[in-house]
Amino acid sequence: MNKSYLYLFVRFVVLIALQVLIIDHINLGGYINPPLYILFILLLPFETPGWFLLLSAFALGFSIDIFSNSVGLHTASCVFMAYMRPTIIRAVGAPADYEAYLNPGIPDMGTQWFVFYTLFLTLLHQLAFGILESFYFAEAGIIFIRMIASSLFTLVLIVLIEYLFMSRKK
Amino acid sequence: MRHILAFIWKHNFFFLFLVLEILSVVLLVNKSYYQRAVITNLTDRFTGSINSTYSSITGYFYLKQENDKLAAENAVLWQSLKHGLVTTDTLTTQLVDTLNRQTYRYTVAKVVSNSTGKRNNYIMLNKGKRHGIEHDMAVISPNGIVGTVVSVSDNFSWVMSVLNKHSKVSARIDRLGQMGTVLWQGQNPDKGSLTDIPVHVKVIKGDTIYTSGFSHIFPEGVMVGTVETIKVKEGDHFYDIGFKWSADLNGLSHVYIVKNLFREEQVELSKQVIDE
Repeated sequence: MNKSYLYLFVRFVVLIALQVLIIDHINLGGYINPPLYILFILLLPFETPGWFLLLSAFALGFSIDIFSNSVGLHTASCVFMAYMRPTIIRAVGAPADYEAYLNPGIPDMGTQWFVFYTLFLTLLHQLAFGILESFYFAEAGIIFIRMIASSLFTLVLIVLIEYLFMSRKK
Repeated sequence: MRHILAFIWKHNFFFLFLVLEILSVVLLVNKSYYQRAVITNLTDRFTGSINSTYSSITGYFYLKQENDKLAAENAVLWQSLKHGLVTTDTLTTQLVDTLNRQTYRYTVAKVVSNSTGKRNNYIMLNKGKRHGIEHDMAVISPNGIVGTVVSVSDNFSWVMSVLNKHSKVSARIDRLGQMGTVLWQGQNPDKGSLTDIPVHVKVIKGDTIYTSGFSHIFPEGVMVGTVETIKVKEGDHFYDIGFKWSADLNGLSHVYIVKNLFREEQVELSKQVIDE
């Protein structure tokens, strides 16, 4: 149990470093800023208790926020996404033979399941993010384009990372 | 009471979500100067050191471009030196010294973190309170305006880039002398927009935009950009002008922080007028 928490902590730090030191410095035409760090919440085991899910989402969002001087923005969208995770898991289909060692990733759940799961949660994250980032209704069109573009880009990035690093565990 | 507690406990996932979400939205919306300063002071020591390590590593990749820029700037400065000018009268040089008072003080700073891909972009600089940096100072690059200092800690400062929803800079079209407001609509980080220029004047593509100096923050005559697109909405009295920023906002490395030495006096004076 302790070892798995250590794994989670390392993953937490690595994803934040990746986001803050590399992804945030890539300029993708001004429309896209893919939030790769949400992979942390996506990959938490099915068994994760609710309080841990929400509190780690809060800590994750807040860490990203202090680096981009946008206190509250990433935090709010992250917490919202974590709250919606159990609903999305039920909608996409929870594993039938519910066993503790199963993780929401490609090796355990298959590519199709993971793509839908990631897509829905990323869209929800981007929806909350877009609305909170710019309150103007006049910018609704741009918010929508950004939301779709960022979500698709993040999806591709996350699936690629899944394939690269996770499949070896099997 | 026991029933309420039992109810909350049963739905603890939802209530914890509610508490955390409200907390973060309050943090986001309630941006008082004091609260900002507290958070900046707490977190900058950590994020600042990581950001400056990062930029000292990546800085090496841009050394050549930086050197070229510095050399070009040096050339301009050499020209303005005394021996670059022809002195016709010794009296003139003396008069210049006594008649002119310094109004702006320039501090050079290094960019340690920057973004252009978001709706609200901020830049972190490696100069802070200890170097005399304060809230509401202008930040310019050799090529044009960059932003305004919004919060300061001991060693670092955060600058609200002109690529920000809340950024408004008073500027004018040099050729016409007409004054307007520089904004950023959020689409393209290369293009800003200039509003409040009345339609009865004739704006053409290629007109240069300079700061007006009316805001008490930016010095007068710092370049902002060149006009690219000119539009008028049906029945509107003002142009919707799109222009290209003259500063390379995505490639910033060193900038100048500008202090207006008369700012307090100017602000105080305008306050008196508003009060009456």
